[in-house]
Parts: sequence; C-alpha cells; structure tokens
Amino acid sequence: MIGHDLHRDAVFVQVAWSSIEASVERGDFSIGMSGVEDRPELRARHAVSIPYFEFREVLAVRFADSARYRTLADLSGKRVATLGGTGAYQTLLDLQPHAGPIPISYDDDVHPYSDLVSGRVDAVLLDNIIADRSLRRSGGFYIQPVPVATGHYVAVLAAADTALRDSVNVILRAHMRDGSLEKTFRAWKVWDTTQVQYFARALTDSAGPHAVGAAASVRSVRSYLPALLRAALITLLLSCLAMMLAVAVGIAVAAGRVYGSPLVRAPLAVYVEIIRGTPVLLQLFVLYYGLSGFIRLPAFVAAVLGLGLNYAAYESEIYRAALQAIPRSQLEAGRTLGLSEAQILRLVRGPQALRLALAPMTNDFVALLKDSSLVSVITVVELTKQTAIYATNVGSWVVPGLLCSVIYLALSLPLSRLARRLERKWSSI
Amino acid sequence: MTQALDVRDVHASRGPHQVLRGVTIDVAPGEICALMGTSGAGKTTMLRAIAALGPFDSGSIVVDGFALTPGHVPPESKLRVLRRSVGMVFQQHSLFEHLSVIENVTLALVHALGWTRERAETEASALLTTLGVAHRAAAFPRQLSGGEAPRVTIARALAPDPTLLLLDEPTSALDPARRTSLGEVLRALAAEGHALLISTHDVDFAEAFADRVAVLAKGVVVEEGSPRDILSDSTHADVRALLRSPSAEPPE
Repeated sequence: MIGHDLHRDAVFVQVAWSSIEASVERGDFSIGMSGVEDRPELRARHAVSIPYFEFREVLAVRFADSARYRTLADLSGKRVATLGGTGAYQTLLDLQPHAGPIPISYDDDVHPYSDLVSGRVDAVLLDNIIADRSLRRSGGFYIQPVPVATGHYVAVLAAADTALRDSVNVILRAHMRDGSLEKTFRAWKVWDTTQVQYFARALTDSAGPHAVGAAASVRSVRSYLPALLRAALITLLLSCLAMMLAVAVGIAVAAGRVYGSPLVRAPLAVYVEIIRGTPVLLQLFVLYYGLSGFIRLPAFVAAVLGLGLNYAAYESEIYRAALQAIPRSQLEAGRTLGLSEAQILRLVRGPQALRLALAPMTNDFVALLKDSSLVSVITVVELTKQTAIYATNVGSWVVPGLLCSVIYLALSLPLSRLARRLERKWSSI
Repeated sequence: MTQALDVRDVHASRGPHQVLRGVTIDVAPGEICALMGTSGAGKTTMLRAIAALGPFDSGSIVVDGFALTPGHVPPESKLRVLRRSVGMVFQQHSLFEHLSVIENVTLALVHALGWTRERAETEASALLTTLGVAHRAAAFPRQLSGGEAPRVTIARALAPDPTLLLLDEPTSALDPARRTSLGEVLRALAAEGHALLISTHDVDFAEAFADRVAVLAKGVVVEEGSPRDILSDSTHADVRALLRSPSAEPPE
C-alpha cells in the first residue's frame, strides 16, 4: 500500500524483530514495520512515522487464576512472561524493584503462552494482537479484559530519512481517511473500537507525539549498569556451575572410555559423538522445551545442564587424550609398588594427566563463558541478553556493546592468567 | 634353603616371536645374580614376567613361595602377595614426576600398606640416608642428577621391604665412578638378605659385584656360574661378543 503510493515496489527484508531498528539505520532496508512500538528512545534515534495502530498490553492468565490475577498488582513476586525489548518488558522491569512481578523475557511470542499453559510462568503480558492470535491458535488461557497500558505501532526509518518519513505519514493519513487501512485491518481481524477512536484523533492532531532529547542515553548508562552487573553475575555463576558439571561428567566419561569394558565404552562414545555433532542451541531447546512434557526444568537448571553436559563431551576428550599420554612405565611402576588400579588412577595417572589437560581446559572455560550467552533462548537473562535489551531500549549498540565487552574481558582475563601461573609452576618442578 | 626366586623352563613369546625358549634361573636370599646378554636376548622380557608385568606361555615362576601361572597376567587384586615380595627398578627410572623424592618413596607405604604418613616418612628418610640421597628428599625427579635418580628409584622399590629386587640395566646411564658406588649399595642390600636379579650387559660391573652370572642368548641360558669362570674363560661366542664390546651395546 505504502510502496504503491510511493511509486516504488515493496521488497520484503526479514530480520530479527529486535534488530529492526539497528538494521534500518544500517540501511538494510528503508522502512521497518512489524509491531515496532512508539517510545521516546525510538524517536531520539530514528525517524518515526505517525502511529498506524493502537494496541493494548493485556494480561493473559490460566483459567484457574482468572479471578486471582486481574492486574499486575496481583502478581507481586510471580513470574510474568513477555517478549524482550518490548514496552511490556520495560513496564515489568520498572515495577520489579517495587515488589512487582518477576519479568521472564522470551525471544518469540509462542513460548510465553505455552509456558503459561504448562505452568512455568503465572501470566503473560503482551500486546492484545499477539495474545488474541495465541488464543486462536492454541487456547488454554484467559485474557483479562482491562488493559495494563496502551501503545502505538509505528514505521521506523533511518534518522536521516525524514523526507521519506513525511511521505509515509501523508500516505498513512490518506489511507486512514479513505477507509482502506480500516479495510486491511478488518481483513486481518484486528479492527476494533480502539482504532475508530485513535484514527479520529490522529486525523485531527497533525503533530503526533514529540521527539525527546538525546540526554536520555547518558542517563541510560547509570540506570542499566546495575542490571548489566547482575546479568554478569548470572553469566559467571552459570559458567562456573556448568564447568563444574562438565569436569565431573567429563572425568567419569574419560575414565569409562579408558578403563571400561566395550559395553561401557560404546554408549559413552555415542554420547560424545552426538553432543559434539549437534548444535548446543538445539540441545538447549530439546532440554527446555522438548522435555517439558516429561520433566519441567527451571530455565536456569536447564541452562546449567545443557551447557554442562555439552562441554562434558569436549572435556572428556581432553581427559582421555591426557590419560593416554601418560607413559605406560609410570603405571607399571605403580603396579610393582602394590597400588591398585584405582589408586594408580587417583595418585599417579590422574594428577599427571591434569597437568596436561590444564591449558585446553582453561581454553574451554573461556569459551564456555561466552557460549553461556546462548541460554537466553531459554529465557535466562545473562550478560549478552541484558546488553541486547539495553541496546534495543536506547536504540544503539555502541555504549552497551562496549560495557558488555569490558565485563566479559574482566571475567575471562584473570582466568587465563591464573592458568598460565599454574602451568609455569608445574613445568618448573 | 628356599630360593627367593625359582624360574623353571619358562617360554614366552611376543606376537609370532619366540623370546624365551626354556629359561631356568634361581636366586637365593643374600645373592646377587647378573642376567647378561645382548639386546634382544630376552633379559627384559624375563624380568617383566617375574614382576607380573608381562605374560609367559609355559614353565613356572615362584617368587618367595608365590607361584605365577602361565597365560594372561592376573588382575592386581590376585597379586597382592607377589607385589610385597618383588621390587622393580626400571631402566628409565620411571619416578613419579609430580611427586617429590620423599613422596615417591612413601607412596606405596601409605597407600598400599596403610602406614601412617609419619611412620612412612621415618622409614623413607632412613632408606634415602642408606642410599646417600637424603639431602634430595624435597627435590622433584627432574631436578635429580644421573647418579641420584637410580638411587631414589631403588629406595622407592625397597620401601615395602621386598625379598627380591629386580633391576633392569641399572648402570646404563652411569659413569665408572658412579657404577662402583651403585655396586657397593647393591652389595650392602644383599648383605641385609635381599635377593637381587640384575639385567645388564656391563661386564666390568657384573664381574665386580655379582655372585653369579647367567648368560642369556636366543632365549635360553647358555652359561651359568661365577663371574670369573664365565667372563674370563668362556668359549661361547655370545659371551665373547659381550666381552669384546661391552659399552657399544645399545640399551635394550
């Protein structure tokens, strides 16, 4: 519709929803439209059209809770799901310090509702468009009629593209006036009385919402830094726990493959090959969503298990190679001294293998620290995810990206140094 | 008198290769026996079979009353008695690189025999003193000199007080002064009642310190007797070969 009136052919470019704003600024496409919410930060960074749709943030709950959880105030301390980077998420974040609900952020708009039905979260706060669509698709929950807030969808353009933005505004107004936008919305089954009132207002008030100054981004560092540091703590805790699991399981698998009978060795080899041959992202999905019919793991537990069991396969190969690198004569010396095989492993072979394994292990731990960012796909908000939320909300990756890099380096550099010190100490004796 | 070691008609093969073809040797307590021969004569295979590190096909090996059976090496749980009776000193020393000298010596006492650490350290210190390396107790194996490493290895093997001590080419890396000094240490051990079986191709060393010499060639003992009889009078080609170029021999 807009393309036609601009006398251009519309070409669809698909990007991740949370990257629309960054991509339009890069010039990947000229106009970004897909539930992009109007907000002051957006107007500070980009050229923004007049809103073309007014939506309501609505609360979805399980039927059994429909009387109990009517508003966000009823959900104090409960888990409320939403999409990361949305106004709804910001609403939840703002409420959290004041005994509000616990926000759980998702990357897609399907899993919040399936997790609501399965009991992983207590409510979902999202746009009425998304809630209605999910209700039609799968059902199983109740949408509270009173909206939590209202917002507007806009088209977003690169900051320099104000001329194109003005043309888009003219076109949008024209289609509001002649009823063709209403016809489109009716065809999509999203036309409602809210739009009637909104269109009337939009056509009389030509100015639209006003832009906000850039001072917001300076303030944002101060307001987001605590959240980033908290997320860094999650990253560190997650990585340490996953690594501990990986080392423990890795040692067991390596010992089983070196000492075990063929009946023990075969399944362990299969485990290692399957884990190494499939993406960790897939493993996380299977563990969190795939198994939810049998066992409903909390997201953090699933993240530790997923990363830990994945890295265990790689660790076991390191330990296996290290164990096999210990000369046979060392083991025979232990045998002639009357040590049992278990004692030889514990007192002679293991400690020597550990020295060989140290460098590759450190390498893996640093890699794990960064791979832990993958667990955001199962709703764990760690450092990278928090940075992405921050960047989406302020509309720029420069400051968030720098802060995030500094934190990652602060976590990984001391570790590499410690490993180097240990290696030096061990090689000197 | 019971022998510390009694080997009768032992055959052993490595793959298709017949290494031992009926070896018979015995060693009495307090005796040093030198097992001599060129490379590939089967010296190391013989020692490994006695220490239950390698299998043998037929014949019998009895160590301090404990009989080893032909066929596969039994699991360690069935070798407890043998392990207490036999100590082994490897050619490459094989000291535990991650442990200090004193920890190398106390390891078996604490973990195999269940001694307290204090008692084990007292015993280990006494052994290291006997062997003249007490001042190196805190050192790590790679810090030891060529003369110190074999002594520490002997101390480690002696700690559980074995009846029989097997030594594989103990002099191969030593200069003449250190050979003599090591030989004196071994004589002192024999005087305490230990039985020693030493694989070596070092004629001077065997002549100076062994009570008896057994010459192994092509898997059988071809000569056996006092060092003087064997090493100066023999007419056997293998013994003459050993006499002609004792130091040209590569380690087995």
